[in-house]
Amino acid sequence: MKPPPFEYHAPRSLGEALDALAGAGEHGKVLAGGQSLIPLLNMRLVAPAHLVDINRLAELAAVDVEPGGVRVGALARHAAVERSGEVAAAQPLLRQALRLVAHPVIRNRGTVVGSLAHADPAAELPAVLALLKGSIRLARPGAVRDVAAEDFFTGPLESAMDPGELAVSAFFPAPPPRSGTAFREVARRHGDYALAGIAALVALDDEERITSATVACVSLGPVPVLVDVTEAVGHRPPESADWASAARAVQDRIEPEADIHATAAYRRHLAGVLTEQALRDAAREAVGA
Amino acid sequence: MTTKLFGEPVRRREDPRLLTGRGLYLDDLAPGALQAAFVRSPHAHARIRDIDVSAAIEVDGLVAIYTWEDLPGALAEPLPLLIPHPALTHGRTAYPLAREIVRHVGEPVVMVVARDRYLAEDACALIEVDYEILKPVVGVEEAAQSAQLVHADVPGNVGAHLVQEVPSTAGLGAREAIDAAPHTLAFRLDIERSASMPLEGRGVHARWDADDRSLRVHSSTQTSTSVRMAIAAKLGLPLPKVEVVAPDVGGGFGVKIVHPWPEEILVPWAAITLGREVKWTEDRREHFVSSAHERAQVQSVRVGFDDEGRILGLDVEILHDHGAYTPYGIIVPIITSTQLLGPYKIGAYRVEFSSIYTNTVQVTPYRGAGRPQAVFCMERTMDHIAEHLGIDRTAVRAANFVQPDEFPYDQGLIFQDGRPLIYDSGDYPESLRLLKELIGWDDFPGLKARAAAEGRAIGIGIGCYVEGTGVGPYEGGHVQITSDGRVHVSTGLTSQGQGHETVFAQIAAAELGVPLERVSVVTGDTRRFGYAVGTFASRAAVMSGNAIALACRKVKEKALRIAAEALEADPRDLEIVDGEVRVVGAPGSAIPLATVAVLSNPLRYAFDAEAARATQFAGASSFDRPPVAEGEEPGLEGRDYYSPIRSTFASGMHAAIVETDPLTAEIRILRYAVVHDCGNLINPMIVEGQIHGGVAQGVGGALYEKMVYDGHGQLLNASFMDFLMPYATEVPFVETAHLQTPSPLNPLGIKGAGEAGVIPVSAVIASAIEDAEGIRIDRMPISPSDLFDLRRAAPGRSTAGT
Repeated sequence: MKPPPFEYHAPRSLGEALDALAGAGEHGKVLAGGQSLIPLLNMRLVAPAHLVDINRLAELAAVDVEPGGVRVGALARHAAVERSGEVAAAQPLLRQALRLVAHPVIRNRGTVVGSLAHADPAAELPAVLALLKGSIRLARPGAVRDVAAEDFFTGPLESAMDPGELAVSAFFPAPPPRSGTAFREVARRHGDYALAGIAALVALDDEERITSATVACVSLGPVPVLVDVTEAVGHRPPESADWASAARAVQDRIEPEADIHATAAYRRHLAGVLTEQALRDAAREAVGA
Repeated sequence: MTTKLFGEPVRRREDPRLLTGRGLYLDDLAPGALQAAFVRSPHAHARIRDIDVSAAIEVDGLVAIYTWEDLPGALAEPLPLLIPHPALTHGRTAYPLAREIVRHVGEPVVMVVARDRYLAEDACALIEVDYEILKPVVGVEEAAQSAQLVHADVPGNVGAHLVQEVPSTAGLGAREAIDAAPHTLAFRLDIERSASMPLEGRGVHARWDADDRSLRVHSSTQTSTSVRMAIAAKLGLPLPKVEVVAPDVGGGFGVKIVHPWPEEILVPWAAITLGREVKWTEDRREHFVSSAHERAQVQSVRVGFDDEGRILGLDVEILHDHGAYTPYGIIVPIITSTQLLGPYKIGAYRVEFSSIYTNTVQVTPYRGAGRPQAVFCMERTMDHIAEHLGIDRTAVRAANFVQPDEFPYDQGLIFQDGRPLIYDSGDYPESLRLLKELIGWDDFPGLKARAAAEGRAIGIGIGCYVEGTGVGPYEGGHVQITSDGRVHVSTGLTSQGQGHETVFAQIAAAELGVPLERVSVVTGDTRRFGYAVGTFASRAAVMSGNAIALACRKVKEKALRIAAEALEADPRDLEIVDGEVRVVGAPGSAIPLATVAVLSNPLRYAFDAEAARATQFAGASSFDRPPVAEGEEPGLEGRDYYSPIRSTFASGMHAAIVETDPLTAEIRILRYAVVHDCGNLINPMIVEGQIHGGVAQGVGGALYEKMVYDGHGQLLNASFMDFLMPYATEVPFVETAHLQTPSPLNPLGIKGAGEAGVIPVSAVIASAIEDAEGIRIDRMPISPSDLFDLRRAAPGRSTAGT
């Protein structure tokens, strides 16, 4: 379990990094936290000719709370985002989700943007970005573009990022007023990838009736499946909302697959259970907001 | 015992070294050595048509590439079948490098040696092996019925078949007794594959001294003495020219008792051939597919019993999945067959097993070694009887116990050491009483009802076992007191983290009356002690512990003899306290052991003031006899061996309370209680640590660990990403109580404790889940997804939630 040979680049500036990546094209890979890439390299499942290590680019480590939401730089570690009180106040779902990401030692090293770029449908953060309708900023020499979450995740471990591009930051929009979020998942062991997970966002009007309810699903499809269940739950106060109907709506939309840990039927069952639980939690938070 | 050290919770002396990164594991040695890597079969069953190394030869830093055709002499023969048995009529072992046929994914085909491991793996990736793919045989039941053969010359894939039968006192066979019984039950049980999975994999380092024509090998092994003999035999070297040392070993749990592994003879051979140091460190992926697994069995049970639940007849048929080869013989199914009876005396017993080849990784002992399957079988049987009769599960067990006044109790079977299965001592009713008290068995129905009122499902389970420990044939100990007063203890068996440096020092310090700090312990180094068997079967404390105690007694006797002369006293009036030989009742009259050591070795040359006392003009010796008297030897040292008449039988009982989530089917262990009896405790803290670790592995086997092969013989979860071992977050706090019924078979009255914790866990958790859910649990491990399926299949149960 040793990686195949590669050329190692250690750029000192964003410009150098972008040049190195552009030069490597489809033969290049970005090394940030390395929590997925290093095992893949050691198992020789990937063999990039060029590895561009962005760990020296301190400018990419910023976590900025802006009026409209939270912008997380490419080098910001999970732990830094998770522990920031300012971030938790601006967008509580980030901390709710990050606490479920693996273990502290992995969160100390792994990066939020790296997890998004890896586009694993079993990971929590793609679901968060999808639920919040956030975006990812991609850069190449002389060009920057923002890609919306719904366009970014194109398949399991596949994204709209082009060869030679660097994901420099991600933007997580702030929640609407009188809203609440929640993240629920079931994993085999503490910190494992979820067998199924649901992130939920519920918004209320001034009469505390539900105006919007959406969920994003983890490990239940090739990408983080986003389901608007507003119709299903009804324009009603949370106490009388039809959560079971929302659960069925989610179960109808997802495409769970069987693997060695769980059958597709069990995952579909969990999706229903977790949808109800997450929506109830989010609504409870919205009432208190 | 002369001091309180024996039985005290002395802190582990090895921990500061091991916990602060100062341990020396195999991969820490010889950083400059050449490194080996292996091309392993990607197919479960295939014929090798051609091996093309031309591209690999171009790799810069490549030193050598070897295939089977390069191997000389005995090295080209199949690996030894370590434990032959008359019932193993078709034992088969692998070649060190595959010859023509590969029989499981991971079997080594080509060995590459290069300047470092990176380059060796680069070269491996460039070697092209042309395989003709053959149909694989996967799954023990499929293999037993398949026309497809793992070994062309093994019909039906049956490596071994053994029936053992113990008739009732009335002379009835088990099947007759069952047919005549008032109640009968029949059911089937399944246990999946798991593996030892030590933190450190296997590893070998070899250095050839061309001038001295001698070989030094380090191996991450559970038996350095036997690896040494295997290397000498396979490479044709004189035994005195081969040394094998087990450095710090990061866990073994059974897999490292198998030997010689292909790498254990190939790496030394390469070192000799190349005249360079060579090292191989197994990586995790290799460990998954090229070491060994265990546990997989399918059991068919028939039992007959009376109204009180007393078993009148038990008939068990076992299909044992042995994987592709049988280097360790049929020890695992023999242990399952014989330890199945646990603490019970039953009317008549018949057990039959077939050991079946499949195109999967070979099966050899993993901590517990066949007992978890045995206990699962017997304890499921007890629970099913209780359910059938509508009586308490503990009452059924109590009705079948061997009673304290019935020891020694002969079960009428032949155990894994080839000797009669006779329980030496125990107190099973007391053990059950302690366990019920510890877990609150009798109060549980109230607790369960209160939980149910809150919409929660909880259940309680129990499992009992007897474990034959301390199997022979022997171990030895050597103890030397040097003239600085230090005590040097060595024994040949090896350590993998058990705490031997501590407990053996406790034994020696207690026997000799010296402070613990003065004692040092060496294990697993053939330069220090050449005769040994190895560390397995919960035997180290029993075997080497007693051997060291006996060696200490020899040394003590000699020390008292010499001191008696110096003090002009009778040896019977002497005692050793705090490293000093004293006349009992006359504290002023004493001589340090250091001085006794000086006097034990008459000298011509003085090298310090102490030594000067033993030189020839110092006047210490009498002119009437030679300086070394007849029958004496110079030096204050002793060597002795312990060879037991048969195994000693430890026992224990576990209980757990689990909660199952009505919606998600998640399973959580709320409480876990253990009553454990391993005779006299040398160090209760270390015994508890062994129990905790064992329970943790047992929880893995019950709820998480499972080697998943697909129909092509591919292992689908050959990494820690998908082979789930419990984290600290999944392991419950273990509540422990000790019972001490000393063994009458050995001087220290001890029994083994190393494997105990793991043995009954699957049975206990199955029992508890069954109690919580009201659904039969006959297959382990069980996942939430499995429980969800069982709920859906259960008659009259609708799936809760949405």
